[in-house]
Amino acid sequence: MGAFLRRNRRLVPYLLLAPGLLWLLLFYVYPGFQMAITSFWSGSLEKGFTFALENWTNYTAALSRFSGYYVRSIGYSAAATILTFLIAYPLAYTIAFRGGRAKNLLLFLVVAPFFTSFLLRTISWKIILGDSGIVFGPLKDVGLLPEDFRVLATPVAVVSGLTYDFLPFMTLPIYVALEKVDKRLVEAAQDLYAGPWRRGGTIVGIVLGGGLGLLLGQIFGYWPPFLAVGGAVAGAIIGALLISESFVRVTFPLSLPGVFAGSLLTFIPSMGDYINAEFLGNPDTRMIGNVIQNRFLTQTDYPTAAALSFILMAGMLAAVAVYARALGTEELTTGRV
Amino acid sequence: MATAAPTLRHAELPAAVRAWRWFRANVLFMYTGFAILYLMLPVMVIILFGFNDPAGRSNFVWQGFTLDYWLDPLGVAGLANAVVLSLEIAFLSTLAATILGTLIALALVRYGFRGRGAANMLIALPMATPEIVLGASLLTMFVAIGQPPFFPLSFFTILIAHIMFNISYVVVTVRARLAGFPRHLEEAAMDLGANEWTTFWKVTFPLIFPGILAAALLAFSLSIDDFVITNFTSGKTQTFPMYIYAKSRIGIPVQVNVIGTLIFVIAVGSVLISTLAQRRNRAA
Repeated sequence: MGAFLRRNRRLVPYLLLAPGLLWLLLFYVYPGFQMAITSFWSGSLEKGFTFALENWTNYTAALSRFSGYYVRSIGYSAAATILTFLIAYPLAYTIAFRGGRAKNLLLFLVVAPFFTSFLLRTISWKIILGDSGIVFGPLKDVGLLPEDFRVLATPVAVVSGLTYDFLPFMTLPIYVALEKVDKRLVEAAQDLYAGPWRRGGTIVGIVLGGGLGLLLGQIFGYWPPFLAVGGAVAGAIIGALLISESFVRVTFPLSLPGVFAGSLLTFIPSMGDYINAEFLGNPDTRMIGNVIQNRFLTQTDYPTAAALSFILMAGMLAAVAVYARALGTEELTTGRV
Repeated sequence: MATAAPTLRHAELPAAVRAWRWFRANVLFMYTGFAILYLMLPVMVIILFGFNDPAGRSNFVWQGFTLDYWLDPLGVAGLANAVVLSLEIAFLSTLAATILGTLIALALVRYGFRGRGAANMLIALPMATPEIVLGASLLTMFVAIGQPPFFPLSFFTILIAHIMFNISYVVVTVRARLAGFPRHLEEAAMDLGANEWTTFWKVTFPLIFPGILAAALLAFSLSIDDFVITNFTSGKTQTFPMYIYAKSRIGIPVQVNVIGTLIFVIAVGSVLISTLAQRRNRAA
């Protein structure tokens, strides 16, 4: 064996790769093909399935019936991605630039929730957000909130759940990108008269904050102007008072690869999630994941379910490709995660 | 009055300015505190409700403190089996994925060869695919094969799926460790007459072992907590997450929170121990 390998050195990497890649070919690539084939089936589990190309109508039927679920999933996932970004960025920034000796501890606390069960965490939110739970119960008792106020079983709860689940996935890549930023560049910018960012910050804050409020209002189904005005005011305050020009011109652009990776790591799994919608939502907040799960596991309508999964997968790949081109980052596509 | 107003303003202004400066200097720390609290809140609820004494079946409202369920953590039908099954699958899938993934990482870092880009792509794709698609496509394959050991779904099909999704994570973790590897140590060993086999076991392996251990820990925790892919590949076989899901319709027993807390404590403990061990290695 040793002598054989010494004579055929070029075979060594292939021999090392073979078992693992074979496993992925058999149980990742091949199932993908099988899913494509299954989407052209007709029949049922009892009577048996048959393959025929004219069953492409499975796709049109699935789309005409369930396209609303795709749209809703995109809306919820986009909202969750934006909210995760807003929460994660200052967190990652503080850990990277101000963490000091507590840096490792803080990073550990960011990933610590992963050490408890994902299902139990989601069910915890059900307890926390409950109509008379630990947050809203006392507020209602004091009369700060009306009795019929509720968050659980609304789109807000589903998006909050998604936001919570993927926060570490957004925080870590942004942290890694910020950690690499050369602090001397920031100092250089300040030496070159980069000061506070009053006028630009106010304008950008109003536009971004207002737009965001409008978008979230649209998705949550609340009165959008209210959220838009609130967002614009908050954006103006943050933009004018807390954000400096060196951050806008140096730090933030350098952290974009992390933002890119983090938003993909949030958006992609959100699109396929069905646990948050099932535990925290109501029948009107069901996402495409719920439909796929239900078709596969309860109705055993494999052809429709396979077509729906295939559309999800193809749409996702297309979106990632467009997004990668727009932001010009190749970290994910070259496999350097 | 004319003199009082300016002095008053003069006395007030620095205080306001000071408060604002203090706020600006500390706003990020306060924010970070709230963010960490937000991240840990559900974990605290899980732990807290392991001490709850619920009136009925559902464990959603705090009723009172009890240690009953901690003294009898497996005292509910089916829970022990589910936990044991999850541990078995996590252990076996970690073992297999760690071996397969480490070999791939070695090949990718150590050798230049044709088809490297394709291999990298094949490693990255499963991590970029939504879990529901991973599970669903495996299900379609098992259904299409339609006979044992693939169908009906069983322990075996769950294991196949868990090894599959773990391989990529192991490769990425071990590769990160290999990337900064001091090659000259191996060259020194070879110069001193060690053959490749001896060099690997005496030099390379001990140096990359912390990376392999980290990868194995990651794989184990991903496997023991996986719900979505398992939901598609388990059939009637119940892992711990599947047990929670099944019970969530009729009320989750308090013991589930106890087991969840134990898993949390053990996972945090083993990460802390491995970090400390690594730190001591580096110091030595």
